[in-house]
Amino acid sequence: MEMKLERAALDLLMPMNLQADAEGLIVHVGPTLEKTRKAGYFHGFRLFELFRFKRPREVLSIEALRQAAGTPLRLYFRDDPQTQLRGEVTAAADGGLLLNLSFGLYVFDAIRHYRLHASDFATTDPTMDMLYLTEAKSAAMAASYELNLRLQAARIAAEEQAYTDTLTGLKNRRALDLVLARHRRQGTAFTLMGIDLDYFKRVNDTMGHAAGDVVLQHVARLMLERTGETDTLVRTGGDEFLIILAGQTDLTALRRRAGEMIAALETPIAVPDGQCQVSASIGLCSTGQFNSWEPAQMLADVDAALYAAKRAGRSQVVAYAPGMEPSGDDPERKAERLNARAAGEGGALSARPSR
Amino acid sequence: MHGLINKSLQCFLRDTYGAGAWAEVAQAADVDPAGFEAMLIYDDALTVDVVAAAAAFLDKPRDCVLEDLGTYLVSHPNLEPVRRLLRFGGATFVDFLHSLDEMPDRARLAVPQLDLPRLELLPVDEASYRLDCEWHLPGFEHVLVGLLRTMADDYGALVLLDCLPPSDGLAHVGIRLIDNGYASGRSFDLAAGG
Repeated sequence: MEMKLERAALDLLMPMNLQADAEGLIVHVGPTLEKTRKAGYFHGFRLFELFRFKRPREVLSIEALRQAAGTPLRLYFRDDPQTQLRGEVTAAADGGLLLNLSFGLYVFDAIRHYRLHASDFATTDPTMDMLYLTEAKSAAMAASYELNLRLQAARIAAEEQAYTDTLTGLKNRRALDLVLARHRRQGTAFTLMGIDLDYFKRVNDTMGHAAGDVVLQHVARLMLERTGETDTLVRTGGDEFLIILAGQTDLTALRRRAGEMIAALETPIAVPDGQCQVSASIGLCSTGQFNSWEPAQMLADVDAALYAAKRAGRSQVVAYAPGMEPSGDDPERKAERLNARAAGEGGALSARPSR
Repeated sequence: MHGLINKSLQCFLRDTYGAGAWAEVAQAADVDPAGFEAMLIYDDALTVDVVAAAAAFLDKPRDCVLEDLGTYLVSHPNLEPVRRLLRFGGATFVDFLHSLDEMPDRARLAVPQLDLPRLELLPVDEASYRLDCEWHLPGFEHVLVGLLRTMADDYGALVLLDCLPPSDGLAHVGIRLIDNGYASGRSFDLAAGG
């Protein structure tokens, strides 16, 4: 059985239909297609005058277009705006053609350009749902993006905190391991400068921990002032520091710098209840002293040099030399050694309250 | 509860009563004053606590707070996308009402984890409808009343709305249509920002 449709019914089902007669003259366009151009634009004009076909390629005759039935069409308006349309064609009984068209991917542009409304689309057309989805997705993506930014900032802050000594703002032991591993990977030459404060325990004992904290913050600042961008400053323990001097292996020059560092650290430091004075012992160990090196070995050797400096008396600088006795890598033994040293401490320079 | 819902509750309190009000409510409900993240999921009980704390702080019945929230969702400039998305439901207020049962599925297209109330519109007579609503946030029908009242304004329609007593675990909203939008409503252009 054949079904015949009134034009109005066809326009409702396919608001972008286009009908051409056997000669290729346009005899009718659906209401939404009509909206895309001025009144009278389509009627009586030749299909191929108004549209250029991209698929099938450059088709120019009604007969050729009829052959294209069942294949996807792609066509443009010849004048501006050259909106691209897609669709398909069916042959009518009278030799004419019926094209059903749509805006395809360019529907968002078309809606803006031709000021289209929901009623311009067939009920079965999912364009409205697509529009909805696009807007909802953009809103959701924006919310997700904001969350990602906040999480990223929080992660950076947490990492920064995890690698920072909260009292002095210098790096901590965890950061030290990372930096040494990076230098190892990249084959960077460097010198380790181990710094151990002298008379610090006395400050803590006689003037209190608050004063001790002020001293630690002060010496951290002094060390920062005397190092460069590429150097890494680490507080390794209570009054122990380690500086990784990247790219510097000239021990003669570094010995001089270490001496200057000690002189700077010996300047009296103002604390809330007066002033106090500390000094420092420094051990040096450079990667240039070895054919190859490992992080653990470098740390042990700079520790041995620092231990030698301590034994040589206060305020000494000692560079590592083979055969130096390690202070003992074992943390417990090291703690014992530190305690023994603190007990015997009472040299010429002392922490003293003013007046 | 999805963070989007909690976050809109937080923004409602902040935008309507000020940042101080939100801080007080957050403290009373034991919520991080920094607020909710829109794209995370929270415990349902937290939402109930915030609503209760807000009602206590504002010294208003909970139902009024929820109705004001519904109004806020579709009228505050910060939430213009919500109004726009709802307007996709149809060209008239009645079309919009009929689109409500698709709303949860539409929302899930965009945010798969977003669980919205199941809604069903039942015609009562020529000019009246009943909206059945099933959800796990008690009193949600009051949010709907605020939202529908504002959307009716948006469409330029004149309606009477009231919450009917709940039955069979469903909340009900009665809708009586006086005029389906011959007064001029707010404009709605399909092209966003255009």
